[in-house]
Amino acid sequence: MIEPNRQGEVWVFAEQEDEHLSDVSLELCGKARELADRLNVSMGAVLIGWNVRELSYRLIALGADNVYHVHDTRLEHYRTLPYARVMCQLIQKHEPQIVLYGATAQGRDLAPRIASAMRAGLTADCTDLDIGAYTEPKTKTVHENLLLQVRPAFGGNIIATIINCDRWPQMATVREGVMRLNDADPGRRGQIVEEAIEFDDFDLSVKLIERHREKRTVDLKAARTIVAGGAGVANAQDFQLIHELAGAIGGAVGASRGAVDAGYISKEYQVGQTGTTVRPALYIACGVSGAVQHRAGMEESAKIIAINWDKDAPIFGVAHYGIVGDLRKVIPMMIKAIRQKD
Amino acid sequence: MPYQCIVCVKQVPDTANVTGDAMKADGTVNRGALPAVFNPDDLHALEAALAVRDEHGGSVTAITMGPLGATEVLRECLYRGADRVALVSDRRAAASDTLATSYILAQAVRTVGNFDIVFCGRQAIDGDTAQVGPQMAEKLGLPQITYFEQFIDLSDHQARVRRNVGNGWEVLDVRLPVLVTTLDTANRPRPASARRVMRAKRARAAAEIDREVDAAMKQATDSERQAEKDARVGALRDHGLLIEQYDLDDIHADLKWCGIAGSPTRVHRVQSIVLTKEGFKAVEPTEEGVREMIHELIVDHTLG
Repeated sequence: MIEPNRQGEVWVFAEQEDEHLSDVSLELCGKARELADRLNVSMGAVLIGWNVRELSYRLIALGADNVYHVHDTRLEHYRTLPYARVMCQLIQKHEPQIVLYGATAQGRDLAPRIASAMRAGLTADCTDLDIGAYTEPKTKTVHENLLLQVRPAFGGNIIATIINCDRWPQMATVREGVMRLNDADPGRRGQIVEEAIEFDDFDLSVKLIERHREKRTVDLKAARTIVAGGAGVANAQDFQLIHELAGAIGGAVGASRGAVDAGYISKEYQVGQTGTTVRPALYIACGVSGAVQHRAGMEESAKIIAINWDKDAPIFGVAHYGIVGDLRKVIPMMIKAIRQKD
Repeated sequence: MPYQCIVCVKQVPDTANVTGDAMKADGTVNRGALPAVFNPDDLHALEAALAVRDEHGGSVTAITMGPLGATEVLRECLYRGADRVALVSDRRAAASDTLATSYILAQAVRTVGNFDIVFCGRQAIDGDTAQVGPQMAEKLGLPQITYFEQFIDLSDHQARVRRNVGNGWEVLDVRLPVLVTTLDTANRPRPASARRVMRAKRARAAAEIDREVDAAMKQATDSERQAEKDARVGALRDHGLLIEQYDLDDIHADLKWCGIAGSPTRVHRVQSIVLTKEGFKAVEPTEEGVREMIHELIVDHTLG
């Protein structure tokens, strides 16, 4: 761990794969910039890989003052141990006060390894970050300007604000799609700082033999309208109605965990805390009960229609329009009404 | 070649099924009313370990950290085929965050003995952090394989492993010992065997025996109660049904890394999610009601 360092920068781990920065890293740049401005410090990004220096300019345009660039053939593809070594050494050298990671497969593998090695705090899957004060309940000691790390806990039934007073850096992972992507400013100036790191045999002991990546086929985040089916859809045949409604509106199909678990649709369509976080113009929840895990992924939608036979279903708590009824009857009515509008 | 496997399991409140009784009148969750269950991903970790033992020989030891009631998940491990189980229970471990928890579990793993593979579930449903596995790996000085799905090959203390990272997969070669965190797609957990349930349902930790004897022999003298406890514990041990129990001293844990002292993170505020039942427009499930709604959405440019 490092001691609290009030001049320390706010950092983003700039996750890249196949020479592309992850969406969440770009989103985090905007948030980190905002936090750095509040604290009146610089913002840094750590970019690790091989032949990825060009990506630094994107990070600078999105707010980074310093891009710490580590360039090594052995870092071409992500592996836990050498990446953790890089991050730990850079954290010790530059003593940032905050380090943010995307809550991706990579970030969730890497960040806890670093937290353990640094004996520092880490909060997973934050949905909001802010700067604020904390008073210790016993001693009444006040800690100003801490990172307030807001996350759902207990299956999303509570929202907890977590802080880390003194075992810094303050670190958090953030889910993709939660922070807004800022506009890039190509005129911004920043510095690329080249860093070299030594590895030992243990760091390089795990060998990557084969690697396969799929193109993202389902892009729920980009959809303007999403029609989602839940466990309240009685069978796979009825789930076809969800597809039909989406087709009629020109929207995407989504699902709650219940529908995925029932085998109606694959996991990449899942909306919610363990799926994709979405904020479309219109979200139509059909037979979705509205478990908090699901609501966490869609309640920011501009308009929400809920269709459920159970008038007490929690989904109605976040809905703008609520239809208590049988979706097998209501959906065909909606399709008809949409087709008649032209 | 036999492999010694350790599985870390957790008893969690069933946050996935918050229904009627668990909701308070104000719309918040009554945490006390949630039933305790075996963390779902940990069942897959257990199955992965049992499969290694069944194919290659060796042993499976399950460890849990928690209150005395957590022995329930350890008995479940015995029902499904674990060879040995151990409870780490200590009031001084209360309020541990993931970092302190991983330290305590790493100490427990070192205490129960030699190991080749440590299995954890990917994450626990009460916190969904997925942090304890990687943090334990670091504390134990082991490489970690998160999102573990399959051993493609396991021989001569060398593993070829497939992990699933959501948008793809990787195959890695790693030298044992290693820690893996297991996905729910890795396998289908075997059910409890009736024969094992019959045998292991009497398995208890010593502190459970103390509690049972104290409750059953309220009128007896201290020495009578002690004699009964000793007899019962001895009988369980003879039958291999005594659940090993450790406190922080037993696992040589440094208290400065445990509980609140060992936890860098603090909970500053907790806000319950309140479900409001107001604020939405009720639409009749009729042709006319639906047409009206669609019309409004077109007028405000949500549709079209």
